[in-house]
Amino acid sequence: MFEIVHKRRLSDAVFEMGVTAPAVARKVRAGQFLMLRVDEAGERIPLTFSDWSAEEGWVRFVFMRVGKTTHKLSHLEVGDALADLVGPLGVPTHTESLGRVAVVGGGVGAAVAYPVARAMAESGADVTVILGARTKDLLVLEDEFRALGLRELIVTTDDGSAGRKDLVTAPLKELCDAAAIDHAFAVGPAIMMKFCAETTRPYSIPTTVSLNPIMVDGTGMCGACRVSVGGETRFGCVDGPDFDGHAVDFEELMSRQRVYTDDERLADAEYTRECSCRP
Amino acid sequence: MPPVERHKPSRAPRTPMPEREAAERARDFDEVALGYDEEQARAEAERCLQCKNPTCIAGCPVNIDIKSFIGHIIDGDYADGVAVLKERNALPAVCGRVCPQEEQCEVACVLARKGEPVAIGRLERFLGDHDLACEIEHRCRPTVGADTGRSVAVVGSGPAGLACAGELRRLGHAVTVYESLHALGGVLTYGIPEFRLPKAIVRSEIEMLAEMGVRFETDAVIGATYTVDELMDDLGHDAVFVANGAGLPVFMGIPGENLNGVYSANEFLTRVNLMRAYEFPSADTPVWRGRKVAVVGGGNVAMDSARTALRLGAQEVFLVYRRSEDEMPARREEVHHARDEGVQFKMLCSPQEILGRDGWVTGLVATRMELGEPDESGRRSPVCVMGSEFTIDCDTVIMAIGTRANPLLSASTPDLELSRRGYIVADENGTTSKPGVFAGGDIVTGSATVILAMGAGKKAARAIDRWLDERAR
Ligand SMILES: Cc1cc2nc3c(=O)[nH]c(=O)nc-3n(C[C@H](O)[C@H](O)[C@H](O)COP(=O)(O)OP(=O)(O)OC[C@H]3O[C@@H](n4cnc5c(N)ncnc54)[C@H](O)[C@@H]3O)c2cc1C
Ligand code: SF4
Ligand code: FES
Repeated sequence: MFEIVHKRRLSDAVFEMGVTAPAVARKVRAGQFLMLRVDEAGERIPLTFSDWSAEEGWVRFVFMRVGKTTHKLSHLEVGDALADLVGPLGVPTHTESLGRVAVVGGGVGAAVAYPVARAMAESGADVTVILGARTKDLLVLEDEFRALGLRELIVTTDDGSAGRKDLVTAPLKELCDAAAIDHAFAVGPAIMMKFCAETTRPYSIPTTVSLNPIMVDGTGMCGACRVSVGGETRFGCVDGPDFDGHAVDFEELMSRQRVYTDDERLADAEYTRECSCRP
Repeated sequence: MPPVERHKPSRAPRTPMPEREAAERARDFDEVALGYDEEQARAEAERCLQCKNPTCIAGCPVNIDIKSFIGHIIDGDYADGVAVLKERNALPAVCGRVCPQEEQCEVACVLARKGEPVAIGRLERFLGDHDLACEIEHRCRPTVGADTGRSVAVVGSGPAGLACAGELRRLGHAVTVYESLHALGGVLTYGIPEFRLPKAIVRSEIEMLAEMGVRFETDAVIGATYTVDELMDDLGHDAVFVANGAGLPVFMGIPGENLNGVYSANEFLTRVNLMRAYEFPSADTPVWRGRKVAVVGGGNVAMDSARTALRLGAQEVFLVYRRSEDEMPARREEVHHARDEGVQFKMLCSPQEILGRDGWVTGLVATRMELGEPDESGRRSPVCVMGSEFTIDCDTVIMAIGTRANPLLSASTPDLELSRRGYIVADENGTTSKPGVFAGGDIVTGSATVILAMGAGKKAARAIDRWLDERAR
């Protein structure tokens, strides 16, 4: 029984959810993900852990309502249950002895960046966090980040409704120019991670990205998640999700993420019509 | 039950299997082979000579007493026949459908020399189905042994894990099966399609195990959720049987393999069978439905992929295989079914590159091969014909060229000895380098068969039983 014990609406389409999963909660480390199914007809989708408590036996994740599965998920309330939750999957993010790090979280990626920044800060790194979103309403977990004891929290929005009116790459470049970081970690939309990697490349600053390919099982069984890194095919779920951002073929990743776009639109449209639901 | 006295074998030809018409069945996911009715089963059983020295038995990897179960069919004692089967094979309704009988028991039948062996597999299926059709309380139920107070963890719910779990309960041990997926059955559930092995059959067999007291925990990835050591140290299991299969798909490493529209057979079949993508959008998982599909490979997995693609509505499906049809490792029956349904065989062709436009597959470039001199194994290996490249127009390519061991579990169990290719090293009883840990099925042998995996599971159960006893002394 994977009971929902926490639900918080972070913005119009972004939700934070907590689920009872004691065996999983005992094991999670920053950067790992879970697979869930909402119900018996549900698909398996990957979501990265945003928080957990081994003592209390729960795990949390943040999701944006974009398709049928996340739409259904957004309709569940505290007391409801998920059909399945598996994890923790993937290789944990390397967070030890990193020196000065920039952690960049774009959109909902901020929720993935949060435990990573926390683990880095706890292991003594000097962490600057850059949070970016299209607009103020889509910024998530800002308060949680502030509580981490960072060197600095830089917020950017595309429209200037919060923080700097900029893309995340602008402050990232400034940090590179000032020789203020030894390492970068970026998570968010593929295009954002690509530009972060492009930004740090001329400075040869090692840059880790947390990829989000399509997955089915999340355990190495299907190969749906294949990504090209340094000219080699790797499985995102078991070899990743973290890879060297300077070696990832982002064009291929973005193309592969679009395989089912039409299907997803169809499924969500049909679901929205059938449930004639609250948005 | 004494064997049939003075049985007079019939000289009738082999009883054909009733099947749905190719044109009709190739468009839906219902079962293709319908199974013998009672009359057909009796007629086929009557062909058996009830030999004094039944050669068929040695052909069966788990040595089912074939002569005896056929004798029971002749007598109409089906329940007794089921009991004979279950003595050696926990899942007769499954094996009757998927075993390669033509290279096991049937090739060993004395009648095979004259051409037409007894249809042992179909008779096995008849009895298996007979058992499943009974109310659960009337089904053949192996007796559960008196509680030993010991507990065993089984990793993986494929045929090896299920057979081991059943046998351990017969010996009186508590058993929990841990499965990483949300559904039980391993390849029987996610790999072999509904039209060849209805999922209801797999479910009933698993229900029986649950009735016998086997506990099942899905969504538990060993190596992630729990480690093998934690199963023993924290979760109180006295021994572990590892049967996690060989589930890591292999790709060819040719250009274009990451284009959209290229699938591993595992992904394609998992989407369709496990996630029921053929019911999309009422089931949530989509699958790309190609119009022209090229499947690379010649085994059961390739046949299943090709026939599944047809059923999803493909106009043309090509089977691209580097050797000739005679060398295809698939069950003969499935090869015939695939051909009848309209799969086009491109034999002696080796893929070189996948072509694409805007990120999507547009074709498969292959070269023709010819068979050269036999190698050490006696198989004639194919060699490229220079300048014979040609392109198959297609929008989907499915790679069904094999699988490897998944390192997820072994990586978290450093004291488990592995072969160079990552399989677990175990003796014929499943004993591994790690005390209390046994292994069997595809994770030891590499991709093999359902019956071999089940045989390994059962053998390991007995070895575990002995090991637990010895340790107690
Ligand atoms: C498409 C297809 C068609 C086939 N057709 C035939 C056929 O017609 N006849 C025949 O005899 N054989 C056939 N085979 C081969 C046969 O299915 C396998 O040899 C057999 O299933 C192996 O059994 P197993 O129990 O070793 O492994 P599997 O059936 O692979 O089961 C392993 C189970 O372990 C689970 N698992 C894996 N890792 C973990 C982990 N870390 N923690 C927990 N659980 C885990 C998996 O999810 C799976 O459920 C076919 C195979 C495929 C893929
Ligand atoms: S070898 Fe053939 S004829 Fe003889 S007992 Fe076995 S199945 Fe019957
Ligand atoms: S999601 Fe299936 S192998 Fe990675």
